[in-house]
Amino acid sequence: MDKLEKKTNRRDFLFTASYTVGAVGIGAVIWPFVDQMNPDRSVKALATTEVDISQIEPGKSITVLWRGKPVFIKRRTESEILEAQKVNLNELPHPEKDEERVKKSEWLVMLGVCTHLGCVPLADKGEYKGWFCPCHGSHYDTSGRIRKGPAPTNMEIPKYEFVNNNTIKIG
Amino acid sequence: MSDTPYVPSSKFGKWFNDRLPLLTLSAHLQDYPTPKNLNYWWTFGGILTFCLVTQIVTGLVLAMHYVAHADLAFDSIEHIMRDVNYGWLLRYIHSNGASMFFLAVYIHIFRALFYGSYKSPREVIWIIGMLIYILMMATAFMGYVLPWGQMSFWGATVITNLFSAIPFVGEGITTWLWGGYSVDNPTLTRFFSLHYLFPFIILGLVILHIWALHVPGNNNPIGIDIKKPSKDTVPFHPYITIKDLFALLIFIIIFSGFIFFSPNVMGHPDNYIQANPLITPTHIVPEWYLLPFYAILRSVPDKLGGVILLFASIFILLALPWLDKSKVRSAVFRPIYRIFFWVLIIDVLALGYVGAMPAEGLYLLIARVGTAYYFLHFLVILPFLSRVEKTDPLPLSISEPVFGGMPKPAMMKSDKKNKNE
Ligand code: HEM
Ligand code: FES
Repeated sequence: MDKLEKKTNRRDFLFTASYTVGAVGIGAVIWPFVDQMNPDRSVKALATTEVDISQIEPGKSITVLWRGKPVFIKRRTESEILEAQKVNLNELPHPEKDEERVKKSEWLVMLGVCTHLGCVPLADKGEYKGWFCPCHGSHYDTSGRIRKGPAPTNMEIPKYEFVNNNTIKIG
Repeated sequence: MSDTPYVPSSKFGKWFNDRLPLLTLSAHLQDYPTPKNLNYWWTFGGILTFCLVTQIVTGLVLAMHYVAHADLAFDSIEHIMRDVNYGWLLRYIHSNGASMFFLAVYIHIFRALFYGSYKSPREVIWIIGMLIYILMMATAFMGYVLPWGQMSFWGATVITNLFSAIPFVGEGITTWLWGGYSVDNPTLTRFFSLHYLFPFIILGLVILHIWALHVPGNNNPIGIDIKKPSKDTVPFHPYITIKDLFALLIFIIIFSGFIFFSPNVMGHPDNYIQANPLITPTHIVPEWYLLPFYAILRSVPDKLGGVILLFASIFILLALPWLDKSKVRSAVFRPIYRIFFWVLIIDVLALGYVGAMPAEGLYLLIARVGTAYYFLHFLVILPFLSRVEKTDPLPLSISEPVFGGMPKPAMMKSDKKNKNE
């Protein structure tokens, strides 16, 4: 009896060990097939863009392509800045102060991608005079914050810096 | 499936069939006993097989001229349209073929809903059919991306972004699907690869679908079980083949009407503008066959909620055999279900209509009511109805009411009712 029990235990151990090794092996083989779909080195390499902003008049904006996505660079007017700053944070679905979203209050730099399903919102449209996404009707304010519609969050702020007064480096 | 096992007549045939029984299979397909009262709604299975083969054949030759690259794809489509011999024809067959495929599959699905073909013992046929339908949607969606027009690009962006609604892992999944930070060349090349592959998986599932069908045999318009073979059945060939062929010819005439007289009505003009990641068309719409689901997505003012309802509206169909418990299959004998069936059709058509309209005002209201009703139908009305509905008496066989002139009331009683009385 004693002998038999010992035997089964050893069997169990061997089974578990071989299943484990098998599972790890299969996982290790599958992973390259899954990971090949993730962004490759050449895609990751295109990670920064420098933009000349000296020609942008107040109230105007330009759109540049960064990592295949549009980035809005908007030179805001006094009234737009004021409007963005005076909003009561409790009214916002995704509360963020305007000051947290800009480096210089005159310049709003953000991803021009609706946080709902990725369309490019239209400038100077919608109920909050910021942006309006025509795809499913999301309204953004002059700070690019979501105010109304299906989008869950404010438009994203990419990593950027002012290289000098006339140039912005995104990424 | 005649009573005596099949024996090939030639010596070689017998030698071969003993080693690989292909001739037995073909004999089975010819003799396969089919209910003799099948109507034209039953011809769409054959039509669907034709559609799949058409898509595969035209797709294969298109792939000889198409270039899957973000900078070249759009031009290669114009090259197919202008330079390749008969390229315009092949492309119009393929693009309109997708629409005709969906037209046929919707008729086929609603046929099953009306006649209760998803019920026991045909649940597996139904589930395989649903898997085919889901793969068809994925295939058509990825195919629509290939011409790399504005609708291709933005349709792909919106649909792939659905996955970003998943908490925590959503962003990672969309990046993985894209192979980058937006829809771009890596997305196009993988979509082409999968668009090429999926139809062959569908083909495999079609074979399983028909195999599963040949176990219990066809349902029929009055939805009762029949003996096979018996005087209620006819052999598949020539009776059903000729009927299927006739329906197929009518289908091909309509199909040709689209190809030759209005090849672009079911497409969108914006797709003749090359993809531009900086400008979204003012009004994005998916292809017509996805509109009801699009309406459901947009009816919810919350991102995750909309995505959940969208997927739920498709996957709920998988559970249908267990939601509708009524023992009576055919709506012919279910007076109340019959009404709700037509209301569901109107509901889905209305959802399709508002899905093509801007999501605001009255359209949005209709989309919300329509979405609520869709779920109400499957989750509340069907389970409840199958308990309370008083169904009409079932005939005992297909032949009896037909041969007996006026149906005799004694014959119209179902087994269950006879026991009760
Ligand atoms: C389930 C079967 C299939 C469906 C529903 C389907 C659907 C579609 C759709 C909707 C398009 C876009 C048409 C347009 O607007 O131009 C398309 C394009 C394309 N498909 Fe398919 N397809 C199927 C099978 C295949 C197969 C098997 C292949 C390859 C062997 C293929 C190769 C192509 C190619 C190269 C294009 C781009 C050319 C074009 O857009 O006309 N397709 N497909
Ligand atoms: S993508 Fe902007 S509202 Fe849907």
